[in-house]
Amino acid sequence: MPPDIILTPISVTALLRGEIDHHSASGMRKAIDDALNKHKPPLLRLDFSQVTFIDSSAIGLVMGRYRLARELGSRVQVVNLNERYYRLMRLAGLEKLARLTLKEQRLNA
Amino acid sequence: MTPLNEMRMTVDSRSVNESYVRVAVSAFAAQLDPTVEEISDLKTALSEAVTNCIVHAYADRVGRINIHTQLFETGLVRVRIRDRGCGIPDVKQALEPLWSSVGGERAGLGFAVMESFCDKVRVRSTYGRGTSVTLEKQIQGREHNKSAA
Repeated sequence: MPPDIILTPISVTALLRGEIDHHSASGMRKAIDDALNKHKPPLLRLDFSQVTFIDSSAIGLVMGRYRLARELGSRVQVVNLNERYYRLMRLAGLEKLARLTLKEQRLNA
Repeated sequence: MTPLNEMRMTVDSRSVNESYVRVAVSAFAAQLDPTVEEISDLKTALSEAVTNCIVHAYADRVGRINIHTQLFETGLVRVRIRDRGCGIPDVKQALEPLWSSVGGERAGLGFAVMESFCDKVRVRSTYGRGTSVTLEKQIQGREHNKSAA
C-alpha cells in the first residue's frame, strides 16, 4: 500500500500503512523518494503508526531514505514506532542515522 | 522427539508469497496458543528466511520454496525453509550482520534478525544445490504468560 504523503512548509511526512516486507517496500520507496525529490524538505518524517508488520526490509527502507535525504540536506525522523519495531531498528544501529521515537501513550484515555 | 502436528507447503519464489507464508505458518502454530509477541517473532524470522530464497537463492528465476512446520508437545515450533537455488558459498560470511551479497536496499540483517527473534537458527547449504534454514522458537503460550503476570 503506498504511503500517504503529508506536507508542511518544513517537512514531508510519509504515513506508512500495512505490512513492510521485501514485496511491499519497493512501492513505498518510490512514493517517498518522489516526494523527497520534489519538495526537498528540511525534515523527512517516516510515520510507523499504521504499520502492522516489519522485517529487515523496513530497515533497508529507512537506510535508503536516509541516504537520499542526506544528499538533499534533509534530516530524518522515524516516529510512532512500537517497542518491537524500535528493537529491530536498534539492532541495525539506525539510531545513529535518524531520530527514532516511540509511539506516545495517553495515560488518561 | 515426535511432533504433535506437521504441515508442509510449497510456494513459488514470488515476493507476493512472503505474506502468505507468514500467515499460513502462524495460523498453523496458533494451535500452541502463542502470545501475539511470540507469533510476531516467528513471522519476522520466517519473513527473512523466505525473502532470502527469493532474493538470493532464486535471484534470476522463479523456483520452489518448501516450508515444513512441526509443532511439539513442549511448545516448540520448528520451521524448515528449503530451496534448491544457488546455495551459499560461505555460510559463515553470510551469517555476519550487515554483510550482503547484493547491493540496493538489502540491509544484510536477515540472519541477525532470525537469530534475534528465534531461539535457534541452523543453516545448511551446498553451493550450487540449495540451502536449508531451520528456525526454532519455544512458545510459552498465553496461559503461561497469564499466570506469570
